[in-house]
Amino acid sequence: MDDHPIVTHIPRLRRYARALANDRYLADDLVQDTLERAWKKYHLWRPGSDLRAWLFAIMHNVFVNQMRGRRLDLELLTDETPVVAVRPTQSDGLELDDLRRAMMRLSVEHREILVLVALEQMKYDEVGKTLDIPVGTVMSRLSRARERLRQHLEGGMSVVPLKAVK
Amino acid sequence: MSAIAGEDLQRLVDDELEPARRLALEGMLESQPEDAERVRALKELNTAIRAAYAADLHEPVPARLLSAGSAKAGRWRFYGLAAGLFVVGLFTGWLVRGAMTTPSPGLSLPRQAAIAHAVYAPEVRHPVEVEAREEEHLVRWLSKRLGTDLKAPKLGALGYELVGGRLLSGSNGPVAHFMYQDTRGSRLTLYVSTQRGESGQTAFRYSQEERISVFYWIDGRNGYALSGEMEREQLLGIANAVYQQLNP
Repeated sequence: MDDHPIVTHIPRLRRYARALANDRYLADDLVQDTLERAWKKYHLWRPGSDLRAWLFAIMHNVFVNQMRGRRLDLELLTDETPVVAVRPTQSDGLELDDLRRAMMRLSVEHREILVLVALEQMKYDEVGKTLDIPVGTVMSRLSRARERLRQHLEGGMSVVPLKAVK
Repeated sequence: MSAIAGEDLQRLVDDELEPARRLALEGMLESQPEDAERVRALKELNTAIRAAYAADLHEPVPARLLSAGSAKAGRWRFYGLAAGLFVVGLFTGWLVRGAMTTPSPGLSLPRQAAIAHAVYAPEVRHPVEVEAREEEHLVRWLSKRLGTDLKAPKLGALGYELVGGRLLSGSNGPVAHFMYQDTRGSRLTLYVSTQRGESGQTAFRYSQEERISVFYWIDGRNGYALSGEMEREQLLGIANAVYQQLNP
């Protein structure tokens, strides 16, 4: 039973949830809510279509609805969550912890699109379907998300456009 | 001075371009060091994000998530599972139907291969018995069990790396099953069985088993079947590469 396609996607759903919720317990609650919805709606899933995109879209919607219902958590959606100073990275590769911290400073919108593209390696049109936005928006949001992440990684003080990175 | 549009650079980084366009852009980058640097930096960022979150995938899933739905909506989970099993049953039934309606001694090679692919390719935690880092041992072991000299083709140039392999039982005895995966997690399996008695050679044959495409051929005493959920043309290219490596 644990081989059911939905079950095999749970590790990925958890990872996506953590990127969204920024807290591992909240994240697992989000996974649980998503799974309950997915089991209920499984008969609506069209065999042959991408199950991962379908599940991720459910999670995205569950999350957005919960955010609407919980005003307090809305601060998680902003891009200016204060954090301790991020060490500038050296040229011998990015520090992984720094990267996660920098990711956490991004807005949910930015974090989520980076997770879908960089981590899940979804195609732009799959991302568009998952988030219910046009491909053009996927590309512009992605570009801004990378720019922001880059800034946070560089210490968050200077605004260095990517083109100037030497 | 930047010569290439930012959107195209982004598409290049995320592998969203047609091969011809990609080659053209990569050519242009050679004379555009700033753009080339930007592409390099963006690719590095992708790699770093992947590395930073890689370990998360391997954490054990808490039991409450495996049974999610059972507390509040247990019956729904039951229906979901029942529906899921029904679908799996339909699919397997469809695959096995040949065995029921024809007097053949067993399932055909492509059908057996497609079933093995359908069963093992979606596995997250245990897709293989022996991992690729023990490739030498894997190949020696399977060769011994099949009583033939096997090779695990190298498909890195086509974007597929060996995940590992396992021993299966087929209608003619032991079967070697090799699994490959690309960076997007798409998987291919190579099913190698020994043919009873007969020995010969056939051309490539194609079979579509539900969502799974299979190219299969017989060479000497071995039957080969390459399976993947992809278009016929794409799989044919890979099947050719496999064949050439097995018959240098």
